[in-house]
Amino acid sequence: MNEKISELRNQFEAELRSVQNDTELENMRVAYLGKKGSITAILKDMGKLSDEERRALGQEVNVLKDEAAEKLAAKKEEFARLELEKEINAAPEIDISMPPTLERGSYHPITLVQRQCEAVFKSMGFAVEDYSEVVTDYECFEALNIPKYHPARDMQDTYYLENGQLLKSHTSAAQNAIYKKYKKALVEDGVPIKAIFPGRCFRNEATDACHENTFFQMEGVMVDKNISISNLIFFMKTMLSGVFNRDIKVRLRPGFFPFVEPGFELDINCEICGGAGCPSCKHSGWLELCPCGMIHPEVLKAGGIDPEEYTGFAFGLGLTRLAMMKYGIKDIRDLNGGSLASMSQFTEDE
Amino acid sequence: MFISLNWISDFVDLSGLDKVALIHQFSLSTAEVENEIFYKGSDISGVVVGEIKSVEEHPESKKLHLLKVDCGEAELADVVCGAPNVRVGMKTAFAKLGAQVGEITIAPRALAGYTSNGMCCSAKELGLSDDNSGIMDITEDVANGTDLKQLYEIDDIIFEVDNKSLTNRPDLWGHYGIAREFATLAGRPLKPMETVDLSKYDNLPKIDMKIEDPLCQRYSCLQVANIKKNVSPMNMRIRLFYCGMRGINLLADLTNYLMLEMGQPMHAFDSRKVEKIRIKRFDKPFVFQTLDGVDRNIDENTLMICNDNTPVAIAGIMGGLDSEIVEDTTELTLESATFDASSVRKSTVRLAHRTDASARYEKSLDPEMTVPAIARFVKLLTDIDSEAEVISSLTDEYAFRYPDVTLEFDKAFVDRYTGIEIANDTIVKTLSALGFGVILNDDWFKVVVPSWRATKDVTIKADIIEEITRIYGYDNFDVHTAVAPLYPVRVAAAKSVEEKMKDILVKRFSLHELHSYVWAYSDEYKKLGIEVEDNIKLLNSTNPNIETIRKSIIPTQFCQIKTNTGYAPDFGIFEIGRVVNGVDENNLCAESKKLAITLFSKTKSLEQLYFELRDMIAVLAADIRHQNLSYQKMEATHSYQHPKNLNAIVCDGEVIGEMGVAHPTVSKKIDKKAAVVYAEIDMAAFTAVSKERIAYEEPSKYPSVEVDLSFVVDRFEPIGKAIEAANSKLIKKVFVTDTYEDENGKSITVRLIFSQNDRTLTREEVMAVADSIIETLKAQGINLKQL
Repeated sequence: MNEKISELRNQFEAELRSVQNDTELENMRVAYLGKKGSITAILKDMGKLSDEERRALGQEVNVLKDEAAEKLAAKKEEFARLELEKEINAAPEIDISMPPTLERGSYHPITLVQRQCEAVFKSMGFAVEDYSEVVTDYECFEALNIPKYHPARDMQDTYYLENGQLLKSHTSAAQNAIYKKYKKALVEDGVPIKAIFPGRCFRNEATDACHENTFFQMEGVMVDKNISISNLIFFMKTMLSGVFNRDIKVRLRPGFFPFVEPGFELDINCEICGGAGCPSCKHSGWLELCPCGMIHPEVLKAGGIDPEEYTGFAFGLGLTRLAMMKYGIKDIRDLNGGSLASMSQFTEDE
Repeated sequence: MFISLNWISDFVDLSGLDKVALIHQFSLSTAEVENEIFYKGSDISGVVVGEIKSVEEHPESKKLHLLKVDCGEAELADVVCGAPNVRVGMKTAFAKLGAQVGEITIAPRALAGYTSNGMCCSAKELGLSDDNSGIMDITEDVANGTDLKQLYEIDDIIFEVDNKSLTNRPDLWGHYGIAREFATLAGRPLKPMETVDLSKYDNLPKIDMKIEDPLCQRYSCLQVANIKKNVSPMNMRIRLFYCGMRGINLLADLTNYLMLEMGQPMHAFDSRKVEKIRIKRFDKPFVFQTLDGVDRNIDENTLMICNDNTPVAIAGIMGGLDSEIVEDTTELTLESATFDASSVRKSTVRLAHRTDASARYEKSLDPEMTVPAIARFVKLLTDIDSEAEVISSLTDEYAFRYPDVTLEFDKAFVDRYTGIEIANDTIVKTLSALGFGVILNDDWFKVVVPSWRATKDVTIKADIIEEITRIYGYDNFDVHTAVAPLYPVRVAAAKSVEEKMKDILVKRFSLHELHSYVWAYSDEYKKLGIEVEDNIKLLNSTNPNIETIRKSIIPTQFCQIKTNTGYAPDFGIFEIGRVVNGVDENNLCAESKKLAITLFSKTKSLEQLYFELRDMIAVLAADIRHQNLSYQKMEATHSYQHPKNLNAIVCDGEVIGEMGVAHPTVSKKIDKKAAVVYAEIDMAAFTAVSKERIAYEEPSKYPSVEVDLSFVVDRFEPIGKAIEAANSKLIKKVFVTDTYEDENGKSITVRLIFSQNDRTLTREEVMAVADSIIETLKAQGINLKQL
């Protein structure tokens, strides 16, 4: 009997070695271990044997059975591994050196600069206001202490419309509406007016690399009971340091604007030369950046605010100029020119 | 305006001070000074008075002369000179060997066979004038060899003040006013102006003069005769030249000098032409020839100086040719007047003729200045020409006086406005130096504004703050933050919607944000066959291409697309900008803000591109407002819209904008093969859509049931409506899995997904819903596709 078992084992192992695939392996399993399989068949001749012999044989057959099952499973696993290996070997290697085909949208540079400025002012508690482009003569001039035929109207060549309205020549045109909007909270609840209002402005002038008839400014105002020139300088310095992301030095010079008194021209130290003088700052070490001043009492009055009780400061930042400085845009006309070759470069919202 | 520091020094002693630092301080405290400072005379040295002792013709040159010049040295210098005005006995400016004249260092130089040991100079060569007609003819009685810089004020520091920064300071349009600022900044006294006492002429006859128009505020005049000299002193000419004016003759130079010194424009008439001075306007327009020989159209609003009824000058702007001083003039009438500033300004604009005089009058000059200016003029004139004789008494009509301005405030006001502590003493000292009258009583200030600052410049307390602080110096301010109660910042809904839209369009859909102008680009529209629709127009556009305000951003975007077709085969642009649609019932512009998107593609089908655009807008509505969109057919009303593929976009029951395909004519002009689609959303309407809240629903634990239905139909719309009509809560999702077209027509397969949170659905209840949808469609003649 033992010879028979050992013969069967040898036969099994020989056959297992020649098996080529899963199907053959399955056929082999059925042939050896199935109900009618050759290992099971050995037991069928057990009737002639003694109990003891029968038990011994039974044991040996079971060992063979387990052994065969184990080997079959191992083989199956090996086939799976080989299959995977084959698949991996056959897989193409991806050419990472191919150039990227990244499609990115872009923001207008004014949007980017405006967002940076707004973030600084918002962090200091300023509300961001929006205002129309067509305004009345009252909003743009009268309410700002610029009566008809005032020489200050000379400085701005305004686009007038057929109905007597005009395209706002400066963002200050929104001041009156802002005061009226917030004066109740100021007077009744003591909430200081702190607002910025970015917007598009228009001047009737011939365009060239340095002049545009359509450009962006950002006005800011703060009104409360004891706002002083000292506060104005502090806020301008702090806010501009935030906008430029460096410690800015500011310098104030008297400047005449009818809607502020005193009025200032604010210069910042030139970043390019560090104040030593270079072509960018016309060798003065300073860059004229933004007009500002204490809000003129008549302007507060026009906004319904008592200038005897409240004071405030106002400033106007040239967003277009900031964008040009920041990104090194040399021709101002590029900003409204609508060319994707230039505008598509401003992909990131910093 | 150019300022001479020598001239300033006539009125304030600047000795021992750093003059450049002072100019810098002036720029920070008073008015902007241009960066470049001119050191006049710094390139001139070794130029002396030389006398021409002999003149010989050059044997071979008609132009050149051979001179012997006595320059105060032992030997006469041999000089070759090409000037036409050389003569024996003439004293001239002589640059000795080793002298510096501009960039030239004088050395022995061979000229046409002779050696020249020095150079006779013209005033132009020395930078003293633009006169290059000959060498300088020095008439002063000085020793030969005297350094020219001792004889004349050649060394000077000149700086330029930006005129724009003087707009509000009529007092700074002359050197005396600037000197007052320098005196204040330097803490030194301002010297009084030297004048003559005009009262000594009170017994002489008056001039027949009358102001007949309120636009003339004050008119002062005086007659002078017997002026023998014609040329003004060299120093006066040098100052005028350094300050940007040309020397003409004594009288013209004197009026110019007075204007640059005191800021008061003056005019000299030939007395024969102004026997009866009247200041008035005329009822009818006429033509008037000014002294520059130009015929100018004068209208009924222009104030004129007249000899009775004959106009002789445009008030405050320019004199007439006919009344000008001429060779045989023996008596002249000197005018010193002030006129209404805005009237002068308006006349200047009408005539398109701005002069040094009108630039000053526009700033509201101080009428108190007219008489001192005459007194100064007479002083300067008689100093130069002792024979000149005043032949009238001062004739002066003072028709309009500015009210005196007195301002009162307390120390607390100054403290509150400045935010720093400035001592009372400092305040008093500063204001007094600037000419203000100051009375201080127990922290209470009473300030009288000087006439030269009271015409419009200083009218309120805040103006006084400026005077105090600018002299105090802004650099000296202690700066500190404001103390204010804290409140949350209100963020406008419209603003956050706008920013989110930009982010979604750029980051998710890779669109490009562009800006454009607010007016219709008529030339560019024309090229695309887009009509410029009638709308409100600019009144004063200088360019007809930018006259009409746009009603929509879309045509502008089509123009932008057209210029960018080479950028990429597929791209999209957007802008959030403004448009105007006529005027409202109050005649105010109906302005609105729009989001405009235009997509361009050479690779996608029109339908694909249109769906892409539709889905972009759906994402905006879904992300920002959690709302779904629906679409309606729209009638085309604009030349750029496609007559068929045009839809209104509806959100929460309101139309918020439109989307469409570019009209084929426009589209073909942009690119024959590309698809162009657009959308325009009204920002206010979009922002007004209420924001749906997220209604969280627990996912069902029970299996869902899918049912696919294929209908023979062209459009999805009836299927969508039938599903809606079934109104079943069991339907969780609907999507189109397939569209198919064969000989039987188009069919659309929809997949309905049913589920219920509390149980497994039965086939029967699901089919009941599906059947009702099938029935609804069947009633419209839409049948299931037979498989």
